[in-house]
Amino acid sequence: MDKSYAMSKNSMDGDEPAIEAHGLVKVYGEKRALDGIDLTVRRGQVFGFLGPNGAGKTTTIRILATLTRPDGGTARVLGHDVISERDAIRARVAVTGQFAAMDEDLTGYENLIILGRLHGLSRASGKQRADDLLAAFDLTDAAGRPVGGYSGGMRRRLDIAASLVVTPDLLFLDEPTTGLDPRSRSQVWELVRRIAAAGTTVLLTTQYLEEADQLAEQIAVIDHGRVVAEGTSAQLKSRVGSGTLHVRLLDGEQRPQAQHILAGALKGTVHLAADPLALSMLLAAPADATDVGRLVGHAMTRLAEARVGVAEVILGQPSLDEAFLALTGYTAGPATTDHEDVNA
Amino acid sequence: MSTPAAVTRPAAAQTYPIDILLTASRPRRRTGALAASATFGRRAMLKIKHDPKQLVDSIAIPILFTVLFTYLFGGAISGSPGNYLEFLLPGTLSMSIAIVTMYGGARLAQDVTTGAFDRFRSLPIWRGAFVLGGLLSDAARYLFASAIVVVLGLIMGYRPDGGAPGVLAAVALIVAFGLSLSLLWAAVALLMPDPAVVISIANVVLMPLSFASNIFVQPQTMPGWLQAFVEVNPLSHVATAARGLMNNAGGTGGSVAWSLIATAAITAVCAALALHLYSKRG
Repeated sequence: MDKSYAMSKNSMDGDEPAIEAHGLVKVYGEKRALDGIDLTVRRGQVFGFLGPNGAGKTTTIRILATLTRPDGGTARVLGHDVISERDAIRARVAVTGQFAAMDEDLTGYENLIILGRLHGLSRASGKQRADDLLAAFDLTDAAGRPVGGYSGGMRRRLDIAASLVVTPDLLFLDEPTTGLDPRSRSQVWELVRRIAAAGTTVLLTTQYLEEADQLAEQIAVIDHGRVVAEGTSAQLKSRVGSGTLHVRLLDGEQRPQAQHILAGALKGTVHLAADPLALSMLLAAPADATDVGRLVGHAMTRLAEARVGVAEVILGQPSLDEAFLALTGYTAGPATTDHEDVNA
Repeated sequence: MSTPAAVTRPAAAQTYPIDILLTASRPRRRTGALAASATFGRRAMLKIKHDPKQLVDSIAIPILFTVLFTYLFGGAISGSPGNYLEFLLPGTLSMSIAIVTMYGGARLAQDVTTGAFDRFRSLPIWRGAFVLGGLLSDAARYLFASAIVVVLGLIMGYRPDGGAPGVLAAVALIVAFGLSLSLLWAAVALLMPDPAVVISIANVVLMPLSFASNIFVQPQTMPGWLQAFVEVNPLSHVATAARGLMNNAGGTGGSVAWSLIATAAITAVCAALALHLYSKRG
């Protein structure tokens, strides 16, 4: 579909990409879970796969991790075919699922020991590795307790630790922070950054725009089993807009005047809300976050100069819904037409 | 990376000393099929250790069947439970193990639905290791359950003429047959990973096998069509073979052979099926 963002892929060197998928299709009964996914992930990259529930993110990961066979299309992972060379891929990738993939009855230590043995570590090095990982992930105190009693954040950390029992060349992280509290979330983010910095390619799925923004160098937006947009965070934001501005006036009589001023100052279309005092607009994204404040400040100054009384100003991050609306073209947001050239 | 990352990075973030771990090299050799299976067997044993109530079925069913059926039917059929034991105990042993197998299938069905199963499937190991490892722990359960039946029998007055070798041979035969049933339930569990479904299907199969058999009564009094079923029922042959071995009765070579053939046939078909379903799953 819309692949207007020409990526600078494969530009660095002649290396084969970590992931190269063409036209992946997966059908479950009547539903086309994947409807022709194309994907290229460079080695060493953190690649974000952004989309709502049911978009096809997990199915794509399952195919790339050789857990599910595609019904159509081809994919090579680390240079190996996902159907005919599964074991070669399995030896070098790790998958961390959406739901903590640990044995609840077993202790954290036992979980890691078993995975170490299955990976071919010797008894001694498996124990050493388990101890090191538990220490590194701040789980030493909980090591002897069954995982069933762990908190959500502890489970997720153990889950990621389990993916590192043998350091993978490629790590699939399926919604690593869904359901976590903010502190655990930032811990997981920090871990992902470290893993990527050490040279592991990471394919991360998420429902959160912010998460993709924080972690991923390249983002593909997926919806109904298709990639609907792809680019860097900045490129996508420029299409989505940097957020939504909501303004409530003291006096509804001044709304046409406010509309005119805001449209001029922020260069976009101002929508008149059902509330006779309220206006809103989708903001186009400037190059960095501080500019939004400056632009909005400037617009507020203009309103003040024109003696338009403002009761309330809310500047919201673009939600995934808004991003989606903009990227899929389901609604005609101003940002989809205005800024094709930004950060291209 | 974009600038906001640096801004929102938590100031108090722990310094995870994982960087050095990430440079560790990968093991050169792939895990062997047997080592992987043994690891899954160990995993199952650890699960029992942490959750001993998993053993309830392996304990309660043998006790219940042995005691209940001995005193329920013993007097009516043979005049006294003591006489009946010689006939009945090898049968209840066979039946107890057969019934206990379905709980292993249910546990596997439960296991298959967890994320842990996905992780195991993503490892470069022999695809049969997961099921075979489960069978290893099942074998331990069946031996345990067999021991309960035999000890109960001894307490109730049963004195096997076949002695320890006869009893051990019978137990080996019964456990082997039980493991072939385990593979059948494993295939069912991989096809329909729902413990309740596995139990229902296993019941539908095991009830006729258990009761339309020669375990409780000799088939001479049964109508012809039922006799015909009893004669092809592998559990009848297992029970007959176990009786012969435990009581040193002789003349049961045919049933021993029949039991081994049935065990091998069920094992071959269900192992192939389970391997296929394991690969296909998802």
